[in-house]
Amino acid sequence: MMPVFDATLCGLILAVALAAVAGRDVFRAIVFFIVYGLMLAVAWVRLGALDVALAEAAISGGLTAGLFLVAYGRLAAVGAADEPAGLLNPPAALAGCGLSAALGWAWFALPQPDRPAPQLAEALPRSGVENPVTAVLLNFRAWDTLLESVVLLTALIGVLMLARVGAWPGRPGLAQHVRPGGVMAGFGRVLPPVGLLVGVYLVYVGAERPGGAFQGGTVIAAVGLVATLTGAFRPPAVDAPGWRAALVAGPLLFLLWGLAGAVIGNGFLTFPPTLAGAAILAIEAALAVSIAVTLAVLVLGAPEQAARE
Amino acid sequence: MTGLSLYALTGAGLTGLGLYGLIATRHLLRRVVAFNLLGSGVFLFLGAAAARGEGADPVPHALIITGIVVALSASALAVGLVVAQARLTGRATLPEEDTHGDDV
Amino acid sequence: MADLTTYVLTSVGLVFFVAGTLGLLRFPDVFTRLHALTKADNLGLGFIALGVALQAPSWREVALLAVIWVLALLAAGTASQLVARAARAEDEDSG
Repeated sequence: MMPVFDATLCGLILAVALAAVAGRDVFRAIVFFIVYGLMLAVAWVRLGALDVALAEAAISGGLTAGLFLVAYGRLAAVGAADEPAGLLNPPAALAGCGLSAALGWAWFALPQPDRPAPQLAEALPRSGVENPVTAVLLNFRAWDTLLESVVLLTALIGVLMLARVGAWPGRPGLAQHVRPGGVMAGFGRVLPPVGLLVGVYLVYVGAERPGGAFQGGTVIAAVGLVATLTGAFRPPAVDAPGWRAALVAGPLLFLLWGLAGAVIGNGFLTFPPTLAGAAILAIEAALAVSIAVTLAVLVLGAPEQAARE
Repeated sequence: MTGLSLYALTGAGLTGLGLYGLIATRHLLRRVVAFNLLGSGVFLFLGAAAARGEGADPVPHALIITGIVVALSASALAVGLVVAQARLTGRATLPEEDTHGDDV
Repeated sequence: MADLTTYVLTSVGLVFFVAGTLGLLRFPDVFTRLHALTKADNLGLGFIALGVALQAPSWREVALLAVIWVLALLAAGTASQLVARAARAEDEDSG
């Protein structure tokens, strides 16, 4: 029964991806990409990667989707949303097929693994959390996560640099005009409290079950986006100090903890077993806040409204 | 073939599709979509490799989560550049690949 | 007994989803398609959630399934309203 399900799912994933690449219409490609993201989340559940499934559904099905739709709207406003006539490109098709074939061959040529990561299994009790993915993300490979949070900030700086001179320093994104008492306004009042609860729960429960700072932060970013798009919340101007503090709180706390480890502990970014649990929770909380604010502003875009409205 | 090979080969196929879309399509927003397909294909391949053996290996899962978030931020920057280019020139294609004026 | 009821309820939910998809593909305009889709969302998801809830190990999972169904209803209802309003505005612009 399950092989039939797997085969159907993989066939559907490939078909939807083909529609996203080869269709005639830009909007159609975006919509098929959103469907693709959600089907991929189901595939991750089949592969036993529940944390990845949560992240994929939230990001590919939610934030990247919103990003593309917002961009499509802005392109359509300038008249640049139509697709120029595409010619079939044989060298590109050859390159694509070659890459797929190489990866397929590599899969069958991979050596069989022995028992997965025995050192990981014996080090997990000392890591301070029970969820192995959270332990890897925030303890064993904390260096990667610290750099990733800095990468997010760098991308945000890049996006903000694209603002036009007249619009700086304004509020991120376009002004939203929502009919008071309408469907959007009602949605914006009902969903954010529930979404916030779900997001905070995801961050907090990541220590024991699938979840974590990235998944929870993404949900909170989505809540912020819903609140902004439905007019329930006006994002602060980009030179507001509180907003900037929220942006850097996560990476800064992470970096300070690493330096504290270098000065009074075993080395940079080490987690002594007695303090590891509390430290990881604190860092996750700060990271979730930073990730939420960064991702929300990344999707909203650079300031487009004139300053000081 | 086992179920895992199915997912790995799907990931390989997605990578090829994404590469083709990245090179062949002219509309810049569709190129960003194809770039995301390319990335998620690689992640699926890596995830299938992680599911071999007994129990799922958490280290590749952590790498994949990091990759998904970084792909989002790269897409956001790319999309910002596409919108800026469209506002400047009125078309969402690279100037050297634009054949719009040649069809007369 | 619970397993049999789960099969029956999930199958009924699947029937609604198939009907909704057929409606999406075959109906002539936006409003009729929205009508078909809402049947799939409300009833199809409701029956599947009910069927799966019979297999749940505790009341916590049942409550979570109920919350999921309500949130899906909320999102689908809002989206349908907005799509219908946009479609009507487009009709009035061109017609």
